[in-house]
Amino acid sequence: MTLTNEQVEHVALLARLGLSDEERERMREQLSSILDHIDQLRAADTSNVAPTAQVIPLAPALRDDVVAPSLTVEQVLANAPRTEGGFIKVRAILD
Amino acid sequence: MAEDLTYLSIDEARGLLDRREISSVELTEAHLRRIEAVEGRVKAFITRTPELAREQARLADDRIKAGEAATFTGIPVALKDVLCTRDAPTTAGSQILRDFLPPYDATAVARLRAQGAIFVGKANTDEFAMGSSTENSSFFTTHNPWDLERVPGGSSGGSIAAVAAGEAIVGLGSETGGSVRQPAGFCGIVGLKATYGRISRYGLIAFASSLDQIGPATRSVADCAHLLGAVAGADPRDSTSAPAEVPDYRAALTGEIRGLRIGVPREYFEMGLQPGVESATREALRVLERLGAELVEISLPSSGLALPVYYIIAPAEASANLARYDGVKYGLASEQDSLLATYLESRRAGFGPEVKRRIMLGTYALSSGYYDAYYVKAQQVRTLIKDEFDRAFGLAADNGAGAGTAGVDVIVAPTSPTTAFKIGERSDDPLAMYLADVLTIPANLAGIPSVAIPCGFADDLPVSLQIMGPAFAEERILRVAEAYERQTTWTQRRPPLDVASAGA
Repeated sequence: MTLTNEQVEHVALLARLGLSDEERERMREQLSSILDHIDQLRAADTSNVAPTAQVIPLAPALRDDVVAPSLTVEQVLANAPRTEGGFIKVRAILD
Repeated sequence: MAEDLTYLSIDEARGLLDRREISSVELTEAHLRRIEAVEGRVKAFITRTPELAREQARLADDRIKAGEAATFTGIPVALKDVLCTRDAPTTAGSQILRDFLPPYDATAVARLRAQGAIFVGKANTDEFAMGSSTENSSFFTTHNPWDLERVPGGSSGGSIAAVAAGEAIVGLGSETGGSVRQPAGFCGIVGLKATYGRISRYGLIAFASSLDQIGPATRSVADCAHLLGAVAGADPRDSTSAPAEVPDYRAALTGEIRGLRIGVPREYFEMGLQPGVESATREALRVLERLGAELVEISLPSSGLALPVYYIIAPAEASANLARYDGVKYGLASEQDSLLATYLESRRAGFGPEVKRRIMLGTYALSSGYYDAYYVKAQQVRTLIKDEFDRAFGLAADNGAGAGTAGVDVIVAPTSPTTAFKIGERSDDPLAMYLADVLTIPANLAGIPSVAIPCGFADDLPVSLQIMGPAFAEERILRVAEAYERQTTWTQRRPPLDVASAGA
């Protein structure tokens, strides 16, 4: 399985991951070789096998909808790079 | 104080503290001195927290004087730096979180804190727990206390090395594909991967949510039982934490394993084992047999597919979990002209090579056109692996595929195919690095518990075996491990660090 540069660029954009030219080429080679290893899965007979969604079956955890103390706005925003007036500041997503 | 207070067990330390023969301050200072003495060589901690430890020690002494000590009151603990701590930075070994101070404690941390444990530092880890050697830490590589030129294993290599080197009495690590057991094996200590859901993951920085589980790193099985008991149990903040009662794991260590049926999976011995690993494991099996257990050869035919399954599922889940590091809410931000450019540049600058590889692999496996061929296929093979364990444990009917229904109580196999490898030996070859986890990953995929315990040495390096059991059979696997421990002296050996520091 050999990935193309275009595929690597496409996936990097989907992942919102910036890559230098050098990183992109290295990634192409390494991902191709890892995918070669993974391709041995194709040989496994999985007809009529359900995919595992959770390994330890648990009933859905539900709780009453009640107000309880939580973190303060200051605590929540303490690690944010840019804040203003108790909000996280984000660049415009629309032109 | 002349007496060495490092390398105590919890029971020993608890006795000394409760009888007021030593104080928590003295015990803590002994460990802080030990850290000073060996840390330049071992490099187990990203952040040391001596002031926090001293303050906690004073409070622990008050509590002991008041007769209100719990099991962990005054016990020095190393915490893997993927566990959120409200008063110490939590980096996940990554530059993207290098300045992150969490607003809350992980539940496992909070439970130890409530017992009065002493936090000596945040231990090194491969970045976001992605790795098998700590070489993927963006800070530095931790060194194996048994041979400083070798890796301690990973990703919990910092917590493991700290406990092996006597820098803490116990440590907490985390597993996604063997990240506690594999380094525990490399450093000659005990490491447990509990049943998925046994320990709350709240406040554990997420890697792969269907696999992640916190795990104890200790120098004895009894300490492991204590630590599991302290952190296990349901948590309303983690909807995947199991409601099952938490038994007294320490009381389960009766030494009695007569009549127990031990499955020995053929496939685990056919995965390129180093000869010294195979011989130590076979000898350990004979010890268990002498204790009255019955050895049963079993087959887990899909074991060889666990690694490729893992390298689809774990990266896929990681690619989603790590989407939160976007330079907006917290973590490293590289401000650019547009939001898209800010995302791209913050993540380019903040993530290291292995994290990028896994995000790319996971994004690819989940992308349109490849989802069924990779992700769904991997989840189907995961079902095969889990079903084979169920049949081996007699929990499911034979499907005629050759695995049979062995009805064994536990399964014993080597923890890793090799002993600790040299720093740099595999760091340029991702696949060779991944193979270090080939024997630990199946238990993670199946969600079952497994404990790794030292079972000998090969060329002066520790060898380890693992004991796997059905879901929530932690008492049983710990009982087997402790019964074996009683017959051997492996967990009493200390790494040769003090010889090297004799002149210091």
